[in-house]
Amino acid sequence: MDAVREFLHMGGYGFYVWSAYGVTFVVLVANVIVPVLRARELRTRLARQARMERRT
Amino acid sequence: MWTFLHKLGSPRHFYRISGRLLPWLTWITVLLMAAGLYGGLVGAPPDYQQGESYRIIFIHVPSAWMSLFVYMVMAAAGAVGLIWHIKLADVMAAASAPLGASFTFLALVTGSLWGKPMWGTYWVWDARLTSELVLLFLYFGVMGLHAAIDDKRTASRAAAVLALVGAVNIPIIHYSVEWWSTLHQGPTVTKIDAPSIHLSMLVPLLTMALAFKLYYVTVLLMRARSEVLERERASAWVQELARGT
Repeated sequence: MDAVREFLHMGGYGFYVWSAYGVTFVVLVANVIVPVLRARELRTRLARQARMERRT
Repeated sequence: MWTFLHKLGSPRHFYRISGRLLPWLTWITVLLMAAGLYGGLVGAPPDYQQGESYRIIFIHVPSAWMSLFVYMVMAAAGAVGLIWHIKLADVMAAASAPLGASFTFLALVTGSLWGKPMWGTYWVWDARLTSELVLLFLYFGVMGLHAAIDDKRTASRAAAVLALVGAVNIPIIHYSVEWWSTLHQGPTVTKIDAPSIHLSMLVPLLTMALAFKLYYVTVLLMRARSEVLERERASAWVQELARGT
């Protein structure tokens, strides 16, 4: 338990270290989510258009 | 070899090959990130001067290296698109810009958070920090051109010219700590001598650098595939894919 507290405390620099890692995590995750969402939206849009064209 | 490269320029083949590579790339990236984070946050000892705050290095330096690497890829892809009119090159350049901007932003922010406890300031207008900030503006410029110009080919052409002109900033950033008197420290790894950093810190650093590089390739392929699908939506192979879904 002490080891975890020390790990989070980072010798007094906890705020700086974990803010830095936190921002990095957010940015890296966001950059994955954006293309995943776009791909999903694109796939449904293309599928819908393909279905509509088949009817014409 | 030329046939392979020529085939790779075909959007359809690119889509297929990148689809096969992606799961591998994703897993290797995740593993390397985990290994690098463990090595940096747990494995490496504290610094005798900076204590635990130096651990920001394991995300700051890889981000900074990537900010430069991605710019060079973006400029090179732009040049290929400009000279040989290969659409896929334009796609790669456009998809790289927000990623490069992200890495530049991270380099600046993590550096700032490291600077406050160590230098006593979040920011200083020294050559390294200022030139890296200029890099961020260059990325924004490229992204802005793509957003503002409707015709994709014209946008790519303009963005490529900006990227190529701005490429002079890359050696400026790299050598800034040698050419000018800067608060930012000099090179410890990317120099002709042996690296002046202990192995227990160097190994996680290089692991994270590789992880960041593979992360970039993975996300770039994801973005490029969507862009390719959108651009080629009228073609037969995309129609077939769409009907299959």
